[in-house]
Amino acid sequence: MENEKYLNDLSEIKNLMNRSSRFLSLSGLSGILAGTYALIGAWLAYKTIYFDTSTMGAYKNLVISEEAVIRLLVIAASVAIISLLTGILLSVQKAKKNNETIWNSTARRLVINFLIPLVTGGFFILFLIEKEMLGLIAPLTLIFYGLACVNASKYTIGGVRYLGLTFIVLGLVSTWFLGYGLLFWALGFGVCHILYGSIMYFKYERN
Amino acid sequence: MKNIIQHINKAFDHRIRLGIMSILMVNESADFATLKELLGATDGNLASHAKALEAEEYIAIEKQFIGKKPNTSYKATKLGKKAFQEHIEALEKLIKKS
Repeated sequence: MENEKYLNDLSEIKNLMNRSSRFLSLSGLSGILAGTYALIGAWLAYKTIYFDTSTMGAYKNLVISEEAVIRLLVIAASVAIISLLTGILLSVQKAKKNNETIWNSTARRLVINFLIPLVTGGFFILFLIEKEMLGLIAPLTLIFYGLACVNASKYTIGGVRYLGLTFIVLGLVSTWFLGYGLLFWALGFGVCHILYGSIMYFKYERN
Repeated sequence: MKNIIQHINKAFDHRIRLGIMSILMVNESADFATLKELLGATDGNLASHAKALEAEEYIAIEKQFIGKKPNTSYKATKLGKKAFQEHIEALEKLIKKS
């Protein structure tokens, strides 16, 4: 009887520590969906860039028309925006189910800490584009996104840390294999999101 | 056994007080509204339990104005953190014993 009370106390302590310091409404399902959009986007980008498959990897000889660049940007922006909206929508739903407000101090902390490395990377990459150093864009997006995830993981579900570390490794490897950026992008933003999203979904949300 | 019971702290022997301490252990500070939402307590209930913890010098209460709105924020003191740590350890030991 007494013991049960102590056990309850301990689980209540753990629960409150987690809920007050971490944003736990992040949905694994949104990771799975974001990964799917990314794969579709990568496929469309592939069709835009490489008319014949033999040019894969030969980035030095790759010539992209202005029209194709615009198409690529539209694809990338669409994937990013739809993923973001899906993430927000599913998190709102999950928060409602758990009777929590969506925009509380833990959510704010999560967003701020996620954005610091991400925005830094964004500007860095914009400057590189301005200086026409395009080869490093793919590795750098992976690396900065990974750093953003690692930084944000302290404020949300712990699994995000491993997602981030995977992205960083992928980014470094893809720096070595310049020219296969799209492939690594698909691996990272597509496959990794689906993989980690599923793990989180089955670990925390099923039932 | 008696030794362990000594560390079970009566000040934390209530759901709300236990909750306030848990939150303040992992957050630098928390304001009234945040505590209220997380604990699902009423204004009066939360205020009186917070006062009880302040009387033990386990938490520090800071009142200030953000614009024209009064804002009360709470912080765990060093003493409070130590006492709460010991309380948790005592709980764990008690459960392991049986």
